[in-house]
Amino acid sequence: MSLYQETIASLRRKLTAKEISPTELVQSLLQRIESVDPKVNGYLRVDSEKALAQAKNCDLSKPLGGIPIAIKDNINEKGEECTCASQILVGYQAPYDATVIRKLKEAGAILLGRTNMDEFAMGSSTEHSSFKKTSNPWKLDHIPGGSSGGSAAVVAADEAIASLGSDTGGSIRQPAALCGCVGLKPTYGRVSRYGLVAFASSLDQIGPFTKTVEDSALMLQAIAGQDHYENTSRPVAVPDYTASLQQPVKGLRIGIPKEYFGEGIDHDVADALQKSIAWYQSQGAIIKEISLPHTHAAIAVYYIIATAEASANLARFDGVRYGHRTSTVGDPLTIYRKSRAEGFGPEVKRRIILGTYVLSSGYADAYYNRAQKVRQLLRRDFVTAFQECDVLLTPTSPTPAFKAGEKMNDPLKMYLADICTIAVNLAEVCGISIPCGFSSNQLPIGLQLIGPHFQEGTLFRAAHAYEQAHEWVKRHPQF
Amino acid sequence: MPYEAVIGLEVHVQVKTNTKMFCGCKNEYGGEVNTHVCPVCLGLPGALPTPNEQAIVKTIAAGLMLGCDIAPICKFDRKHYFYPDMPKNYQITQFDLPLCLNGGVLLEKFSFPKDVQKEEQALAGKKVRLTRIHLEEDVAKSFHFEDQSGIDFNRAGTPLMEIVSEADMATPEEAFAYLTTLRQIMVYGDISDADMEKGQMRCDVNVSVRPVGQKEFGTKCELKNLNSISGVRRALQYEIPRQIEVVSKGGIIRQETRRWDDAAGQTFLMRIKENANDYRYFPEPDLLPVRTDCGLKAEAETMIPELPSQKKARFMQTYGLSDYQAEVLAQERPLADYYDEALKTSIQGVLIANYIINDFLATNPDLTNLPIPASHFGELAELVGSAKINSKQAKEVLLEMFSSHQSPLSIVQEKGLEQVTDLAELEIFCDEALAANERSVADYKSGKMGAINALKGYVMKKTKGQANPGVIDEILKRKLI
Repeated sequence: MSLYQETIASLRRKLTAKEISPTELVQSLLQRIESVDPKVNGYLRVDSEKALAQAKNCDLSKPLGGIPIAIKDNINEKGEECTCASQILVGYQAPYDATVIRKLKEAGAILLGRTNMDEFAMGSSTEHSSFKKTSNPWKLDHIPGGSSGGSAAVVAADEAIASLGSDTGGSIRQPAALCGCVGLKPTYGRVSRYGLVAFASSLDQIGPFTKTVEDSALMLQAIAGQDHYENTSRPVAVPDYTASLQQPVKGLRIGIPKEYFGEGIDHDVADALQKSIAWYQSQGAIIKEISLPHTHAAIAVYYIIATAEASANLARFDGVRYGHRTSTVGDPLTIYRKSRAEGFGPEVKRRIILGTYVLSSGYADAYYNRAQKVRQLLRRDFVTAFQECDVLLTPTSPTPAFKAGEKMNDPLKMYLADICTIAVNLAEVCGISIPCGFSSNQLPIGLQLIGPHFQEGTLFRAAHAYEQAHEWVKRHPQF
Repeated sequence: MPYEAVIGLEVHVQVKTNTKMFCGCKNEYGGEVNTHVCPVCLGLPGALPTPNEQAIVKTIAAGLMLGCDIAPICKFDRKHYFYPDMPKNYQITQFDLPLCLNGGVLLEKFSFPKDVQKEEQALAGKKVRLTRIHLEEDVAKSFHFEDQSGIDFNRAGTPLMEIVSEADMATPEEAFAYLTTLRQIMVYGDISDADMEKGQMRCDVNVSVRPVGQKEFGTKCELKNLNSISGVRRALQYEIPRQIEVVSKGGIIRQETRRWDDAAGQTFLMRIKENANDYRYFPEPDLLPVRTDCGLKAEAETMIPELPSQKKARFMQTYGLSDYQAEVLAQERPLADYYDEALKTSIQGVLIANYIINDFLATNPDLTNLPIPASHFGELAELVGSAKINSKQAKEVLLEMFSSHQSPLSIVQEKGLEQVTDLAELEIFCDEALAANERSVADYKSGKMGAINALKGYVMKKTKGQANPGVIDEILKRKLI
């Protein structure tokens, strides 16, 4: 097995035993990127010199010492361009490190490059990037999912050992499922959002893409914790996540929410999920069919709250202080209008307009304020479910990856790609997607485990046991 | 038909804190442009706010001093509008759960303009009710040059209180008194330096007129560009008659924003408010709601100082000051503290008050940086009170204190001003005086009490003016029995 195919855990053993050097590892990845990224297009920018320089100076005694990691292009990394895959931020260089970047650097990681995404994280296929289209490594004419499609694709294609993405309604878990890797959306408040360019502040959460569940635990260990720069990060102690990996699933109470197994679920996906459930049962887990009765409202609530917050968060991109400014000369209003019209893509504009509308005087009560109330009901659904279950098990995506271009002209269809993941963000709980099989046309299928607030350890426990008993992670896409 | 004005004020007060409202940048007036800035107050992508506890506590303290109800839970909201001085294009403010509700400002006689204080109208005792006080972030400052504009973000993110009054005022003088009292309380509580020239306190005026007896408000105009408290008075003195003139001729007041031009002494139309702005408020998702009832309010309570009215009463009761003296000393916090400081050296309250008010203030000292230690006034009062020097000498010492800033004791010693207090010596001079002025002695004994002055004069002459008149008086009276 080549170095680039390995996991954080195995590479760390080799690095600390001095069997390999960080430079060798980085070189191996850079070669891999050179050979496959022209097909995958997962990266927006790779700075090989900088990566090699970091490899020379990295501290192997640190938990992620020497591990090359890719970063979604909406997380500020000092001195790097941070474009959110938008024309409006072309040339914008981050003057500071996001908290997660600071933590990764402190943990000894090597920052390899910046990955493609849907513009401002708005989308489910990475086709809304204003720079390029990323391919699904398993079938290049298929989408990798989104919005963190680049971060998922580079891990799946072995172009990075791990990566960071952001998840507002499924943007980590859905591309992880579609690309066949592990994607974790931590509990809201578990990982600091400081330095993540905000899409929907009350839903956004940064999380890792990895090849294994163990690696996911190692990554979360490095980035989790309260941050005094981030008011919504919570003062909850960070447990030792790797300790929960070895616990058996016997006696684990797994809830199967019936609303997630209804209409619209692809036959192969349903089949893979049934087999997974049967496996858990065979291991002594207790399977319970449960109900999350307000699930049907999740998409509507999400597209009101997320767009409302986005319309405010994206107001700052106005061409006055940084980013794209129109060449038209005029009063401030003209500069705003022109710069934003030129700088934002159509999906971003659509959501800004939606969000502005739902907050407008006369409409806010019917939309935004009502959506907040329904969000509380959705949250209560989960709290109630977790009184009798330790985790919930659902599909991550109703279908495997779809063909590029298939849903680009139908935004509503595209929005439904997140139907299984969105409620988790609204309820602020945690969720992980792990590979659980392949479709008849050889595309990965993901299963989602959902855990109570700050119970990522339980997710790792359930996910790791499944992963160890199956061979899915051992498969790699061929180019 | 007689008309009356209805006035309500919205006052913005910058809160005096070490750092800005939502970041660690210095909260400081001035400084080279764009030096007190960071990703948060520049609104850079990804930067997030964290609330400044000191600003919240000081706002609660302001609310407590003004008799407000403090909300047990408050939250922040986003208010949206595009303007280059607002880097996020939304302002973090408080919409429906402000920190303070209700409360009021009591207008005292001395808060009114000097020229109307003596008038017979019922000035004092009126209470102007407050609607609310909320906390928000200040915007940056724009500068306009010939063909371009610049923005200084040093001010962006400064904690700013908005104090909204009910439309309870009826005259320019009441508005003046309201602002004077409000400013005084802000300075007293160390909430703000509230310097209007520095923009630390800013005021928007809403004013309308209506026929006396009518209950409904007339259409209001908003006045802007008011840079001093007296400017607010002048603007209202212009604007109220203007509106009355319009309506009394059957005209209609439009809802508009007018700019006060202090040099021209007029208000000018800035813009007509056709429809209200839609600010699309919603709760700030980056900030958790704040509980004030687990510690913050208690902390604010410890900050509440003795208020001017309480101080005034204490000065009168404890030290026997007159209403006027107590008022002058209590009005400005630095002066009141100075007086209290002087009292640590001497309890001669009236004497010290006299020296400070009649002599010291006449030199127009800078109250924020008084050149003479307060203890010097106490020392001087002690010298006079214990008959070491007389009041005539005290004046001499004061002049020297103001010019050389030396202590009274050293001045007295240097100038040899110390009174003759050797009683034995004084007894001899007094005996001499009695012997040399038989006529006066006889006059005194026959009931002409004033005759004693000639005897005193004799002794003073003998001591070259350095004896204490009180002591001489005492000795002479004893000897004349």
